[in-house]
Amino acid sequence: MHPAFSVIFFTVVSGCGFGLMIVLGLLLASGAGLLGRGEAMFALTLAGALAGAGLLSSMLHLGQPQRAWRALSQWRTSWLSREGVVSIITFAPLLVALWLLWRETNPDALRLCGLLLALSSALTLYCTAGIYSSLKTIRAWHNAYVLPGYLLLGLLGGGAWLWLIDAAASNGGRSLQIELAFATLLLALASAALKRGYWHFVDAPATASSVESATGLGRFGTVRAVEAPHTEENYLTQEMGFQLARKHARKLRGIASLLIGVVPALFALMALVLLHRHDSLIALRIGCAGVALLSVIAGTFVERWLFFAEAKHVVMLYYGAQRA
Amino acid sequence: MTALPPPTTKKLGLVIDLDICVGCHACAVACKEWNDGGQFGPLPDEHAYGKDPLGVWFNRVHTFEVQGTGNGEQGTQKSADMTVHFPRSCLHCETPDCVTVCPTGASYKRAEDGIVLVDEDKCIGCKLCSWACPYGAREYSQVRGVMQKCTLCVDRIYNETFDEIDRQPACVMACPTRARHFGDLGDADSAVSKLVAAREGYDLMPEMGYKPVNKYLPPRPRRDGCGSAPMHSAGKEEKVDLSTASPLLRWMDRILSR
Repeated sequence: MHPAFSVIFFTVVSGCGFGLMIVLGLLLASGAGLLGRGEAMFALTLAGALAGAGLLSSMLHLGQPQRAWRALSQWRTSWLSREGVVSIITFAPLLVALWLLWRETNPDALRLCGLLLALSSALTLYCTAGIYSSLKTIRAWHNAYVLPGYLLLGLLGGGAWLWLIDAAASNGGRSLQIELAFATLLLALASAALKRGYWHFVDAPATASSVESATGLGRFGTVRAVEAPHTEENYLTQEMGFQLARKHARKLRGIASLLIGVVPALFALMALVLLHRHDSLIALRIGCAGVALLSVIAGTFVERWLFFAEAKHVVMLYYGAQRA
Repeated sequence: MTALPPPTTKKLGLVIDLDICVGCHACAVACKEWNDGGQFGPLPDEHAYGKDPLGVWFNRVHTFEVQGTGNGEQGTQKSADMTVHFPRSCLHCETPDCVTVCPTGASYKRAEDGIVLVDEDKCIGCKLCSWACPYGAREYSQVRGVMQKCTLCVDRIYNETFDEIDRQPACVMACPTRARHFGDLGDADSAVSKLVAAREGYDLMPEMGYKPVNKYLPPRPRRDGCGSAPMHSAGKEEKVDLSTASPLLRWMDRILSR
């Protein structure tokens, strides 16, 4: 599938934003005041900005962006529509939580807001994954790895953001450094392991459809496309027939695993060890979190690019593919 | 509304006979011509006379080669090798995901006759429906920013300004070998349904579960010897008898054989 940059940017950046909202929502819901007020407000604002920037970017790839509001109407059947509706609903608890924090009133309402925020942002990521995993025509998307992939990478990105914010904000005060570094470590390892499983699945030979079933001519022998209907590209071959990535898949998978898994895990580990000994080195704490975050973002971009570029669509059976 | 209508009794669609399609592309051209000026047109091309022409067509004719099974030895039946021309267009499926994935309601299936259409005034051009279609029936128009697809010539088949005989899709009208048939596949007594029953018409990619309405008729068995004609002589060395040829030709053969 053609990897449109606007869609990759959307799923990565808004994925980070909604992941950050899940983490923040859960922390607010716990009611233990684990985050400073300014820190929580900054993180909530950032999460909203990331999610909003991603959503705006997703509208850039539309042919008729001015009609985007229509996409909110078909939530009964369409995962894309559901994602639009739920992502907008998510901004309600976000804004209310910000207002409550600003006014410093009603901690019970704040806890409720946190819970609603965590739920609705998790639901948004669920819907994003649903857009892809509901497509029976693309085996690389229509499988059980896609939903946990979007959730885990969203949480990893969001968690790393909060780790960095907390590292910068917790100047001697109450800090979640250990917890957030530990969470980043676990999420990084889990994400890398999940992607390995996913790639193993993608590489297994496909069995469902073949050029024989696509043409119905299998009963007469083995079938091979000999001539395309057109000498130039068409929409289908450009959109569904993207091939550049498969050539470099192995290297890019290695890079993604490194950036999503190994690098953030190492820096989280380093932070855990060093935090224990030199609690006063603020630059070091910020540095570890910053490197981990940058690595996670870059790695998620590579992973998401591969997610699109490696995916094969069954329609290519009519254009020379033998199995899909 | 992108929810599917209850199963329709009337299922308008096409029956395509792969036995007699000669791959002339007349259906594709007639389709492009009618729909460019029809109710759902235009179907603009991008740099049609430039380096990389690109444009929307609702109907594409592929060509496949079938290598027959068995080798004729040890009593195995050798089935013939075949070249099959294969027109591909929207199958107006009974349960298509291209309709249900649409976030706007632009993609819909008509309750009255089962035709799958795009309301181009509602389409936002997100392309998701084309991703959901395994048959490549939908093509996005870069120029218009919306998805376009076969309409089963809905602006012809109900057009009362036409003579009754002309109320058929343009592709069916144009086919010079009558390889395309239009009718109600939900009515077991219709001519198309009888044709499908008699010729064992089949669905493309039934494993997808979209229940295509359009049916394809398989090529009939080839006559004896038709598929095993001595087509493979090109690779072998020719035997030329030079004993009766002139000395000049024999000398030239010797020189050229070096």
